[in-house]
Amino acid sequence: MRTRFPARAAGPADRLAGFVAHLRLNGIAAGPAETAAAMQALLAVDAADPNQARLALKTLFARGPEGWQRFDDVFDAYWSAKGAERPAAASTPRAVPRPALWARHLGEPEGGREESGSTPCAADADDGEAEGADGRRLAARAASRGQRRLDPAAMDEAERAAERLARALRDQRSRRRRRARRGILDLRRVARASLARGGEPLDLYHRKRRDRPARLVAILDVSGSMEAYARLFLAFLKGLAGADEATAAFLFHTRLLRVCAALREPDALKAAARLSLLAEGFGGGTRIADCLAAFNTGFAKGLVTRRTVVLILSDGFDGCAPERLAAELARLRRRAGRVFWLDPQAQTEPPAALAAALHHLDARLPAGDVTALAALVRRLERL
Amino acid sequence: MAALRDALGAQGYVASEEVAMALHLAVSLQRPLLLEGEPGVGKTEIARALAAAKGTRLIRLQCYEGLDAAAAIYEWNYQRQLLAIRASGADEAALFSETYLLERPLLEAIRQATAPVLLIDEIDRADEEFEAYLLEVLADYQITVPELGTITATTRPWVIVTSNGTRELSDALRRRCLYCWIDFPDRTRELAILAARAPGLEARLAGQIVAAVQALRREDLEKKPGVAEMLDWAAALAGLGVNDLAADPAAVQSTLVCLLKTRADQAAFPPEVFARIVGKAA
Repeated sequence: MRTRFPARAAGPADRLAGFVAHLRLNGIAAGPAETAAAMQALLAVDAADPNQARLALKTLFARGPEGWQRFDDVFDAYWSAKGAERPAAASTPRAVPRPALWARHLGEPEGGREESGSTPCAADADDGEAEGADGRRLAARAASRGQRRLDPAAMDEAERAAERLARALRDQRSRRRRRARRGILDLRRVARASLARGGEPLDLYHRKRRDRPARLVAILDVSGSMEAYARLFLAFLKGLAGADEATAAFLFHTRLLRVCAALREPDALKAAARLSLLAEGFGGGTRIADCLAAFNTGFAKGLVTRRTVVLILSDGFDGCAPERLAAELARLRRRAGRVFWLDPQAQTEPPAALAAALHHLDARLPAGDVTALAALVRRLERL
Repeated sequence: MAALRDALGAQGYVASEEVAMALHLAVSLQRPLLLEGEPGVGKTEIARALAAAKGTRLIRLQCYEGLDAAAAIYEWNYQRQLLAIRASGADEAALFSETYLLERPLLEAIRQATAPVLLIDEIDRADEEFEAYLLEVLADYQITVPELGTITATTRPWVIVTSNGTRELSDALRRRCLYCWIDFPDRTRELAILAARAPGLEARLAGQIVAAVQALRREDLEKKPGVAEMLDWAAALAGLGVNDLAADPAAVQSTLVCLLKTRADQAAFPPEVFARIVGKAA
């Protein structure tokens, strides 16, 4: 049999299986079924013509606009051995372990984790002393930014606002109908039931549109520039996560972390310990676009549908290339029902990267303090 | 593949290499084909051309939010059932029989004597639940009606699914389908399309039209003119007796409604700006 495959490969099937493995390495999910399909596809075309073989495999494996763009490179890398393309493992940011910086966001006293009950997501359980020490430090920072000092009452208020918001956003009407006491007639059931009544449609059944819960996904920026707001927003996030099991919460900095379980931890001490464990390995700076990209490729698939409302809490100061934020937000917007940007500095002009991405958002809303958060709930309820 | 391309060409569809390959594989591997691309690149037209080339029916299912099994697969004819019960006291077996079954596109498509082309248009508008139904149907080509039993396909339809990318489709659906991304045609192909669809057009005017439309697509527009818009525009120009775009700016400007379909886009192209584009094209 004459093949165009190099001698070191056992045969076309082997070589093709190798290609499928190469695709997997490049992030295209493919298994034995796909290898078989690829074999069939190559049999259906003139596989000796490289262009035809490429197009056939592209049709089979591209699966989406991104795959369509990337496929040619991936194909060349394998079949023409034009430099082995490494998967995107290099995109992991160089994380510097600096838990000390992170501790300020968590309100963790320097004493150690045993005393870390003052984590803002457990603000209601704060004991006076820890709150005092931490509060002073926070107040000093906040004052330098012209921010009000956050007292426990404000944190509670933020948490309650978040719970109201979660409830308001959750009830979205679905367009599908289900059985109900009132509503339009369910003719299928009426016809079926009338058989028992000698053909008289005596028993009437109805159906109506069912309420379908919307899922909330909150992504909170805890970078240096957001420090003054981190405690307030963490309380807000805890309120969101507490109101509904389905809500997903993320923190980001230079890396993205899922924190749902830690936020729902009822024991304040344990919650703080979990959050600070999660927080280890964080460095300074913000990489919003990178983190959104990580969210889009990693978590969005399972979490974000048309019935998802995504809240991003950030000031929009980004260390990544400005056009990337717009691209990632556009990607997120395609999946999500609604995307809101909650900005503590919404009264000022947005940074360039965010300004370029504004049209991918449903709204950029002010969220600097408790009053703004409460107003936000009213505003989102109306939307 | 070349044969398929010629057959499509005979139907007035000038297929690019990618599209021809995708259709060829969809037909020979019997797998559904997912077409994505900007609105106006001719996704729906491909299904129509394929049906015409194969000489079979085109069964079309337009998707919308809230599309459910009753509208996509089958529905019982309740009114008729009730009437039958009243009139003759029909028994249950008779009531749930073919007589009272209303075929919707998916059921219709698997019960044809000759394999039809099933076009599932703009699937991104339907919700995720519908994708799940669809996967089930596309997996085995059979539909279960509880009262009637399982209906197996007599012939396998050629399935073409289109999406405008307004929402992300499920990975399961993507995995099941062959995929083809369709771009706006390049100059040569667009000229060929124009020649196929409007044979009477003068070569010079055709060249000007295609060049102007291609230039417009490079501009920052809300809605880029698609192939259909280009053909409309050509027809409008031919109808007005325009032979040279540069010669009669007023007439050309009045036909721009064929190409620019939002107020903002029209405002972005006052006569002098468009005259410059035409000038470059001519």
